[in-house]
This record gives sequence, C-alpha cells and structure tokens, in this order.
Amino acid sequence: MSALLRTISVLLTSAVAVTACSSPDASPGGSTASACAPSGGGPVTLTFTSWIPNIEQVVQAWNAKNPDIQVKVQTGPNGNGGTYQNFFNQLKAGNAPDLGQIEYDALPGFRVQDGLFDLGACDIVAKAKDQFVPWTWNQVSLGDPAAAFGVPQDTGPMALFYRADLFDKAGIAVPATWQEYAAAAEKVKAAGGYITNFSQSDINQFAGLAWQAGGNWFGNDGQKWTVNLTDDKTTKVAKYWQDLIDRKLVSSVPPWTTEWDNAYNTDQAWTWVSAVWGANSIATGAPKTAGKWRVAPMPQWSSGEASAGNWGGSSTAVFKSSKHPYEAAKFALWLNTSDEALTLLNQKANLYPATKAGANLPALTGGVAFYGDQKIYEVFAAASAQVPAGFTWGPSMTATYANASDGFKAAVSGKGTLVDALTGAQAYTVQTLKNQAIPVA
Amino acid sequence: MTTHPTTPAETVRRRDHSILPRSAAMLIMGVCTVYFLLPLWWLFVGSTKNREQFTGTDPLWFADFHLLDNIGDLLAYRDGIFLRWTLNSVAYTGGAALLGTLLAAMCGYALAKYRFPGRELIFNVVLSGVLVPATALALPLFLIFGQFQATNTFWAVFLPSLVNPFGVYLARVYATAGVPDGLLEAARIDGAGELRTFFTISARLMSPALVTIFLFHFVAVWNNFLLPLVMLSDERLFPVTLGLYSWNTQITQVPELRGLVIVGSLISIAPLAVAFLLLQRFWRTGISTGAVK
Repeated sequence: MSALLRTISVLLTSAVAVTACSSPDASPGGSTASACAPSGGGPVTLTFTSWIPNIEQVVQAWNAKNPDIQVKVQTGPNGNGGTYQNFFNQLKAGNAPDLGQIEYDALPGFRVQDGLFDLGACDIVAKAKDQFVPWTWNQVSLGDPAAAFGVPQDTGPMALFYRADLFDKAGIAVPATWQEYAAAAEKVKAAGGYITNFSQSDINQFAGLAWQAGGNWFGNDGQKWTVNLTDDKTTKVAKYWQDLIDRKLVSSVPPWTTEWDNAYNTDQAWTWVSAVWGANSIATGAPKTAGKWRVAPMPQWSSGEASAGNWGGSSTAVFKSSKHPYEAAKFALWLNTSDEALTLLNQKANLYPATKAGANLPALTGGVAFYGDQKIYEVFAAASAQVPAGFTWGPSMTATYANASDGFKAAVSGKGTLVDALTGAQAYTVQTLKNQAIPVA
Repeated sequence: MTTHPTTPAETVRRRDHSILPRSAAMLIMGVCTVYFLLPLWWLFVGSTKNREQFTGTDPLWFADFHLLDNIGDLLAYRDGIFLRWTLNSVAYTGGAALLGTLLAAMCGYALAKYRFPGRELIFNVVLSGVLVPATALALPLFLIFGQFQATNTFWAVFLPSLVNPFGVYLARVYATAGVPDGLLEAARIDGAGELRTFFTISARLMSPALVTIFLFHFVAVWNNFLLPLVMLSDERLFPVTLGLYSWNTQITQVPELRGLVIVGSLISIAPLAVAFLLLQRFWRTGISTGAVK
C-alpha cells in the first residue's frame, strides 16, 4: 500500500507541477475580494466530497431541514489515499465539488494552487470565528487573520493513554514530564514490556510531538515559504526519541497493523501518546484490555508547563470554482458548529469538534467504560486549549511525509538517526517546493 | 504476464540432458506453489476470524469459524454497498471484456486478412499502445471526459476499458496463422458477406485466441484501479477494488472496517478464480499463440 501511496503522491506532485507551469493565465489580475452573497433565484444543489464514515447520515439531517440548499455527498478514499489528487484534477478540469474535506496539513497545498474560496469574505463565517478554539482558526486562516480557507471541523488534541493496572503493579508513577517518561521506560523494559511503540511510518505523530514542544516547521510571510524541519525544538524531540530507540526502550512495529494491535492487546506496549480519536483505536484494537486504560495529560518538557500536541483534524473547505459560496459556507458552518451535526459526527465517525462549545456535548462529558468510566474527554478538552497556536503546515506535506517516513524507517532499523531523517526531509521538501515553482526563502 | 511457454522441441531437449533431477524440479515447483498460495491461504484464514481473534491468534491457522458471520456483516454494512460494488465490477469487467474482445478480434482480423494502405502503420500504432501503461492515461482521460461533463459516470470507466491493444496484436497473429486464406476465398465464392464470414468461420477458428484475449482483458479491467479512482466520486459507481481501497484507507478512523476489507478481498478474487478455472483449457492453448510468431 505504501508503494501505491508513493505512486499517487508522485502523480500528485507531477500534476501539481503541470498545473503550476501551465496556468499563467490564472494570475490574480483584476479580481479583488471574491463576493460571498446569497445566490438568489431558487433552490441550489451543492456537492460535498468527504471520506468521513457515514457522512451521508449527517447530511441527511441538513437536507431534511433545508429544501433550498440541498447537499449531495460524494466520497472516496482518504485525502492522501487519492481524494486530494482527485481534487487537484477536478480543479484543473473545472468540475470540482462545491465543498471538500481537507485536512489541516493539506490546506496550504490547495491554497498555493489557488484552489480555495476565501470564506473570510463571508460575514457569517467571520462572525463565527469566536466559536472555534483559537489555534484551529490559525490552521485555516493560513497566516492572514482576515482569511478562512475552510471551516475547522475536527481536531486531534493529544494526551497520554496508559495501562493503569500495569503501572500500579510495577509501582511506576504516571510520568508527568518527558524525563520521567524516559525513566519509566527503563522500568517498563525491566518489567518485560515496552513503554510505547515509536511510529516509524506515520510522521503525523512525530509532528504532534514536535508541535507540543513548540516546533514550527513552516512559515509564510506572504511572499516566500520557509521550511524548518530541524528547528531546535524539533531536534530536541528527535534526539529524545532516538535515545529511547537506541536503548531499545520502545518497540517499532509498523503502526496500524495487526502486530501493532496485538502488542497493545497482549500487554507488550504500556502507553500511547496519541490523539483523542486514539481512544477508539485502542478500544477496537485491544479489546482484551478493556477497563485497564486511563488517560493523562501529555508529559511536559519541563515540569509545570501545560502544552499539548495535535495529531490530525480536518476542515470543510469551499473550492474557488463553486458557484454558491454563500450557501456552501452556510452548510459548512452548520456541519461544524451545530450541536446536532457535531453530535452526529461524533457518534457516527468519532470526530472531536473544533468548537469551544463542542467539548460540552453530552457524548463528550460522560465516563467511558473502556477507560474504567474515566471522563477521558475532559483531559482532551483541556489539551485542546493548550495546543500552541503558531504551528503551520507547508504546501507539500505528502512529499515531506513520504521522505521523512523513509528516513524514520531507516533510523528505526539502525541506519542513521531521526535527526538525519529530518535533515534529509528538509532538503527534499525545499527541492519539492522549488520544483513546483513555489518560492522558498 | 511473463509466462514463457515452452515449445515441444525445448521440452524434448531438456528431457534429454536432464540437468535437474525430477525431484529437484518438483521441489522448486512446490516451493513456488507455496509461495504463491500462502497469501491466499492467509486471506482465507483471516476471513474466518472475528476481530479479536484476527489480532490475537496464529495468522496461518483457524480459530473459531466465523466466515459466514463475517460475510453477513459485510453484506449488511451500509445497506449492502459491497454487493453493489461487486455488481458494478461485474458490469464494468464482463461488459468491457466481452465487447473489448469482439472489437480486438475484428480489428486484429481485419489487419491480418485485408490489404489496404496504411495497414502496417495502424498496426504499429496499436502495437505502441501496448507499451503505454494504463496508469499514465488515467489523468488525460479524466481531463477529456471532463470536457464532456462525463466524469463520475458509468461510461467514464466503461468506455476506456474497452480498449485492448494487446488483444488486437494477439488476434492479428492468430488470424494470420489460424485462418487460411483459402477458406475465406471459398466462403466469398459461396456468397457469404464479410461479416457473416467473420462470425461463422473466422471467429470460430480464432476461438482459442479469443478466450485468451477475454481472460487477459477480464483480469486487466477487474484489477484496474487508478482509472476508477480518478474518475469516480459517487460511491454507488465504485468497482469493488476502489471500494475496498477506500475502506482500507479509513481503518485508522474506523477499525471495524479491517475485518470487512479482509472478507471483501476474499470475495472479490472469487470471480477471477472462477473465470480462470473455467477457461483454463482454452487459456493454455491460446497462450502460446503469440509466442511463435
């Protein structure tokens, strides 16, 4: 599958390159701020592409109440699995849907291709800004406070999942700092387990760890992009995990495989630093451990700090080619702010809302049986408020991930280090941007 | 396809020298068989397990037998969308393979039996089509279909699937060798039209080649993945390959889907296995057709 993803990402890159070279006529000439006004003149039908499981059922609830703005759902594989490539193709062919699901890390890629409608021009969206957790808004405004290239949908604030029973039995305190976590790792190893599994192919987890530490991989001053995958904070995180890998204190089973599930199911892995949606991954992957897990805040780099990373999350974006941006914005706001939609999205697809009020949904305030009735979502709600606001994604994350993931795999098997991998990914990313004619500082 | 058919002469020569003792040859064959069948075995065993057993038990041996439950779950999931995907695949594949075989046969036959200016040129152009991977054509096809607002339709996948340059090549080679000019002459003298001659005489003589073309084409379209991925965004039009792939990309979000992907994969290879077993005899006679020429 990774070979397939690679093929797709190569195709993506080349298609983007083609688009970048062949559309000098699309330069922003006379068109100033795009208008966002009601279409007028009868009912409109919008198309919406999303790979959220059971999204049709959520959209049905909207359609039943809004006969004048009917939404038609289209679907496909997840974004990097092909849907983003389809969006790029469709933008080129002029038949893109009105709305699309785009993860935060992919938004800049669509932005640099000028594929997105700036919802900041819609007064209803601008007014809704305060309903969202502030850092999520930065993920969609992409550096321009007045802009919004999507409506934040869900987030993945991170925390520490740990096996309370095993920690108790071994007499290990739940680590509150990364130093304590490394010390605990030694004790866990002595007790016959691994403290966690280092994700060698899913770079998003590492990004979340770097994000917590205050790393910032990309920047854009409006003219040029800066790429900094090896800033001090990120390097610190990479060295920390390299040390754990070198001392064989973490396992390195490929994530999302049956082996990996099995490691959690059979007490071999004791913790997982993961996002809120990980709660469901453990519950379904490790059913034998029901009732034994708890959730604590992420370990901190120095005691007394309160910072959390984020892993994942999507926005609902409106494509520039949409003829009904106002109606599309209206739907996107309902989908991502109304209690009804957020509850459905949480029930059907396990999404964690990006709004402040979303944390108070009844589904997110009770105890969870798999976690011994702990109110785990309170931990994540607190984490969401602690995510550093400045983290920015770059316009070519697919390429960056693919390269860094190769380097991480090598580092895990003893060839090179995580820092080497990041250094390599840094050079590769800069080159990719240059190849796509995107200005880099 | 990298099967290298042996001519009778080669077989004889090998037997004479007999470098490899028979048992060693059998051993190599045995190892290859195991190597190729192991993933299928894994798939079958995996399909019979429930989710907990899938991660927790020996991947190559059975736990409790849940195959029927799993198939039931698969068919019930999202109102039986999997069944719809399977039918779509049958429609895309069966239709395209039948019609594509007919087109390739007629085209190859015409190139073999009629003399007209530009014949070799056309043949060479078709032949160069064999060299262009279908993957490279998906995006251009998408842009072309986009011009006609025909993306995300049944035809966007069906029409491009009809084209089979390799089939034309095979049909031409076989028609040249297997359909005697004298017979066509006789048919013409008896007053049969060209179409009638083709269907009643030539097509029958070419039947082993046609089965081969059909099988090649069937497999190619059944496994074609990138074209539907690029063309389709309406779930109800997906072929089974794209549907299963979509599910597989959602496993991190919906872990329940893993079991469905496994069972679905098992079911999705069944039609290919059936087609091969039924048409095997013809396949063997047909596969050497292109080799001698």
